[in-house]
Amino acid sequence: MDLLNQYLIPHFNYWAYVILMMIGMHAMIVKNNLIKKLIGMSIFQTAIILFYVSIGVKEGADIPVLHHHAPEVAESHTPAADPHHAVDPDHYANPLPHVLMLTAIVVGVSTLGMALAISQSIYKDFDTLEENEILAKIKQGGPGIDV
Amino acid sequence: MSEQLPAILLVAPLFGALLIGVASPGDPRRAFPIVLLSLSISLAATVALLTKVVSSGPVDYFLGGWAEPLGIGIQLRVDGINALILVFIALIGLLTAIFSYRGPDDGEPTDKAPLFYILYLLLCVGLLGITITGDAFNVFVLVEIASLTSYGLVAMGSSPRGTLAAFNYIIMGTIGASFYLLGVGYLYMRTGALNMAQIHSLIALPEVAASQTILVAFLLILVGVWIKMAFFPLYGWLPNAYTYCPSGASGILAPLVTKVSVYVMIRVMLSVFGAGWVFQSAGWSQTVVWLAVIAILAGSFIALAQVELKKMLSYLIVAEVGYMVGGAWLANHWGMVGAIYHILADAAMTLCLFLAANIFVKHAGGGRIDRLEGLFRRMPVVAGAFVVGALSMIGVPPTGGFFSKWYLIRGGIEAGQWPFVAALILSSLVNAVLFFRIFEVAHFGRKPADGHHHHPPHADGEPSPEQQGTIGETTGSDRKPRLTAVAPLVAAAALVLLVGIFSGPIVEIIRGALQGMPHVGAAAPLIGR
Repeated sequence: MDLLNQYLIPHFNYWAYVILMMIGMHAMIVKNNLIKKLIGMSIFQTAIILFYVSIGVKEGADIPVLHHHAPEVAESHTPAADPHHAVDPDHYANPLPHVLMLTAIVVGVSTLGMALAISQSIYKDFDTLEENEILAKIKQGGPGIDV
Repeated sequence: MSEQLPAILLVAPLFGALLIGVASPGDPRRAFPIVLLSLSISLAATVALLTKVVSSGPVDYFLGGWAEPLGIGIQLRVDGINALILVFIALIGLLTAIFSYRGPDDGEPTDKAPLFYILYLLLCVGLLGITITGDAFNVFVLVEIASLTSYGLVAMGSSPRGTLAAFNYIIMGTIGASFYLLGVGYLYMRTGALNMAQIHSLIALPEVAASQTILVAFLLILVGVWIKMAFFPLYGWLPNAYTYCPSGASGILAPLVTKVSVYVMIRVMLSVFGAGWVFQSAGWSQTVVWLAVIAILAGSFIALAQVELKKMLSYLIVAEVGYMVGGAWLANHWGMVGAIYHILADAAMTLCLFLAANIFVKHAGGGRIDRLEGLFRRMPVVAGAFVVGALSMIGVPPTGGFFSKWYLIRGGIEAGQWPFVAALILSSLVNAVLFFRIFEVAHFGRKPADGHHHHPPHADGEPSPEQQGTIGETTGSDRKPRLTAVAPLVAAAALVLLVGIFSGPIVEIIRGALQGMPHVGAAAPLIGR
């Protein structure tokens, strides 16, 4: 119970990302089929995206947009300062980790696209996507394979 | 104009790549001048930037003018160390571009050539960007640009094994980049900054420096860049990728990709975490130096067991990475100077050896070392350049390889890391054995006469009938290597010698940059002597 309250529940987002990441890594290393390896790779990258998104989350926070013409919001947050320029970072969710992840998603998509294109070309060359069969074919040699 | 140099050197190849895509999607003859022009602009900008840095100190550049306090601008920072590396990247990019005048595989120009040039230029953008950027997240993006283009270049060859190597490279490369990204995430959690200088100023605070989060971030980043640089236990992707990729691609991947990753490690150690923080615990540097010793010995001895020329050279890269990681982790001034100088020297000699090996492999009709018989006499110029590169690998003065070993061994002795010193010397001896074996086969071996297929049949390397056909063709019709292949090779050999001859001024620039680092702090006696 102590373990649950101290380590698991307050840090559940980290546990979730670590478990997902390990599932992905396991698939990347252990699976024999190249497409399953790529599925693992996607899970692995998505786990990191979840990590970044979760560190930007704040309970009850506002979206990071200036409320120039909403006096009641500005007053409740920083009553003393000029409502048009007052930004109290404590009340806003940090947008930066989420924005960074847009870039990481783009990178992940391009990596996956590249990897799928290469798997297609491997299938053309070897007629299979199972790693052990490909390695066996390389060992036997064949036209164009023993370079 | 001159304050825009850091942007120009990145923008020129980027727009070159776009221009090829727009203007000449199917025409290699029109694509090549664009490659040449954009890389020449880039090279001129890097040289101008180096002279500026040497005369008036480090240059800071904020992209779009968004300066630091807002925290959203991307900073480019150039000091003496990365100015030198930028010059080498642009120069090697230009030389290998000339080498691959006919497209990726050095054969007849095909419709693949423009696509090859696009990837090639984007790879140059990635490598230059990794070296110049002062933003930790930006490094990740540029590493991925360089990696994605590398995967494409490796897969572009005609060998099916190259495609499989590219797939394994993707898996390993993605794990490496993801670990780096995760490390940057932990750094951001604790410091709230992505700019390297800002992160550093926050890590200098004692309560941040003591934080577990920072330690985890450092370990994740370290493992990430070790995968990217093929540090010994994590080298699995490298040998096949560099052996089976097209010759034009291996000419830029082999000299630059691992070296730039080593620079990322040194940059992270010195300007993000700071030498004082990194070397605070002596046990760490001891452990990493031991890992480097294992990397050097393993790389050298596995290289000794190889029968294919390019695969042997690839394992030597694994050993050389051990030199640089070990040197950087000796935690003293000369070790760091040696590691940084070796980035340059190793880039030059790897370029020289890989270009020569590509020419040899093409003309010998196969990659095996025993096929090289008599090639030295048929191609004396290529042989001469290969010998220069090999002597540098062995560490014979006046080549660059001698001076980098000199500084590394000096650092190792000062740090009392005798296993590292012994590994360096042993690796030189192994390199000597390796290259003299090749010299023997290639120079004293039988000259291939009409019956040059009388090799004893090898169970695994027996050439198929159609391969024998192409051997006959290449040795018959294409006896002399082309000028566009030999000229960059000769320039590369000259570069190996010049790095050695001008080692004094280069080392002075590196030492000046180390001393000029504003953040040396507690580690001043270690790094900035």
